[in-house]
Amino acid sequence: MIHSLMVEGIGVQNWTYILVGVTFALYISIAIWSRAGSTKEFYVAGSGVSPLANGMATAADWMSAASFISMAGIISFAGYDGAVYLMGWTGGYVLLALLLAPYLRKFGKFTVPDFIGERYYSDIARIVGVLCALLVSFTYVAGQMRGVGLVFSRFLEVDINTGVIIGMLIVLFYAVLGGMKGITYTQVAQYCVLIFAFMVPAIFISIQMTGNPIPQLGFGSQMADGSGAYLLDKLDGLSTDLGFAEYTEGSKSVTDVFAITLALMVGTAGLPHVIVRFFTVKRVKDARKSAGIALLLIVILYSTAPAVAVFARTNMIETVSRQPYSSVPEWFKKWETTGLIVFDDKNEDGIINYVADVSKNELVVDNDIMVLANPEIARLPDWIVALVAAGALAAALSTAAGLLLVISSSISHDLIKKIINPNISENGELIAARISAIVAVCVAGYFGINPPGFVAATVALAFGLAAASFFPAIILGIFYKRMNKEGAIAGMVVGITLMMLYMIKYRLGWFDEVLPGKDQWWFGISPEGFGSVAMLVNFVVSIIISKLTPAPPGEVQEIVENIRIPQGSGPASPH
Amino acid sequence: MAKKAKAYWKENLRYLFILLTIWFGVSFGAGILFKDVLDDIKIGGFKLGFWFAQQGSMYVFVILIFIYVRLMNKLDKKYGYDS
Repeated sequence: MIHSLMVEGIGVQNWTYILVGVTFALYISIAIWSRAGSTKEFYVAGSGVSPLANGMATAADWMSAASFISMAGIISFAGYDGAVYLMGWTGGYVLLALLLAPYLRKFGKFTVPDFIGERYYSDIARIVGVLCALLVSFTYVAGQMRGVGLVFSRFLEVDINTGVIIGMLIVLFYAVLGGMKGITYTQVAQYCVLIFAFMVPAIFISIQMTGNPIPQLGFGSQMADGSGAYLLDKLDGLSTDLGFAEYTEGSKSVTDVFAITLALMVGTAGLPHVIVRFFTVKRVKDARKSAGIALLLIVILYSTAPAVAVFARTNMIETVSRQPYSSVPEWFKKWETTGLIVFDDKNEDGIINYVADVSKNELVVDNDIMVLANPEIARLPDWIVALVAAGALAAALSTAAGLLLVISSSISHDLIKKIINPNISENGELIAARISAIVAVCVAGYFGINPPGFVAATVALAFGLAAASFFPAIILGIFYKRMNKEGAIAGMVVGITLMMLYMIKYRLGWFDEVLPGKDQWWFGISPEGFGSVAMLVNFVVSIIISKLTPAPPGEVQEIVENIRIPQGSGPASPH
Repeated sequence: MAKKAKAYWKENLRYLFILLTIWFGVSFGAGILFKDVLDDIKIGGFKLGFWFAQQGSMYVFVILIFIYVRLMNKLDKKYGYDS
């Protein structure tokens, strides 16, 4: 076993400064080297990105602070139910690669509202598209800025607001300067940092616990303690002993697991900051290929996360459950001071009672601990602890930058260039894009510093909103030639409104005195899963309305026939 | 020309139908709807349904996309759309 004595001379804090400093210097150099000179470079990196680079950038863009820090922790407390995130956030890429990316690339525009506006030959459709894009992106980005602040405050011991401001300045620098081009190449570097930072501790811990260096196999192996017991059986046993559900069973209903998985998959495929990545490659075949590469790179982390979840949960139960508080390891006390571990000795026996029964349970552990404290729990060397901080920052910054770009291009391209002032010059539009990016960073930073109570609750629901609005409009736009503007607009408006109302009623509880309980959910479906219902409603409304109204004009039907054929996809153009 | 495009589109849709059926089968089928049945089978320490939900479906997703890439590259060539 590697012992922390090896590098005791430097310490976690200094290692963190070194690694975060080096990675930030790298991102900034890349941003300066790849700054954007035209709107085409600013919006879609000149459509000249290789499939591999685009795949890496997409993966980094996709994996946010939530994927890096929180997901393994959520799974480790949810057990089987955690599969909704694993399948939901990867399965959407199959839909993207097969149903959306190649055709949207062939269509050759800059943004998602651009597609909606052109395909449905209507400025109203475009404006509805812009509003949906802004709503989805802002709910998502506020959470990212908060994540940046949290990581800074925890690892660099600065105030959380200072952390948000440092993060804002960094993102501002390379998003404003580099546009999509700068973001893409920094994201390539950020992918490398974050995947290394996630895998190294996972591999070490897998070897410690099971002797198998591959975490994906390790968590299905026998334990290294010589007992011959399988790790998962052991964890099932530990969980039921403490009164929890069996780890491999979970506690959500089949209907709800189904609905949440579907909403997350479809939402992933409908998220504007993901879709826009496929406008940056050269050819249609590159769009397909880079979706495959992106998913492969994402699955490296996503298939490791459930292993980390099992290791961390077993480790935690074995280390602290029924142990005297006086003999807990150092990391326990350290994370207690951050409030992420709370021990309340209800029966005053000095022993940590960690059980499912809330009235008797004395230990509350935050989801995020599982990744952040995992290296310390497993007593890995200091540089690995510091590496996790650098990786978490890479994950949060890359996602924030991608979202800010969608917000700024929605404003400068879809609103200003296409609707308000079509005569704006190339340079004028580029300046407008940069100003919108600055404004967007400031708004996101404001929400990061003063998080409204609903942000945390709504980030997960951004997927539901994307599923309920964009996904049907894009799919029907490609696969159903008869689809017209009346149907698409009605579908998007009904879909997103229904989703928002359900979210407000059952997640935020603004309509009632008290938040309505599970027993009142429609069909037993949680707000997180309701996106799939709203999406179906969108499909039905779109098709019915379009049947009752005139067919789209001939040239639009020709566009649809044209995007179905990969040949002759020119570079993305604004006209 | 239009005939060629139609035939190309039809073959594409056939691929989509087959691949998406597998996509649905491994995730919503094996990982959710039939999880309990599959859990009776154990491979190493993994119950099979649990494994599909937390591992297997993701691997199949990756493979599906690369199969689609290959099929479509071939199809593009067959119809002369690969220039």
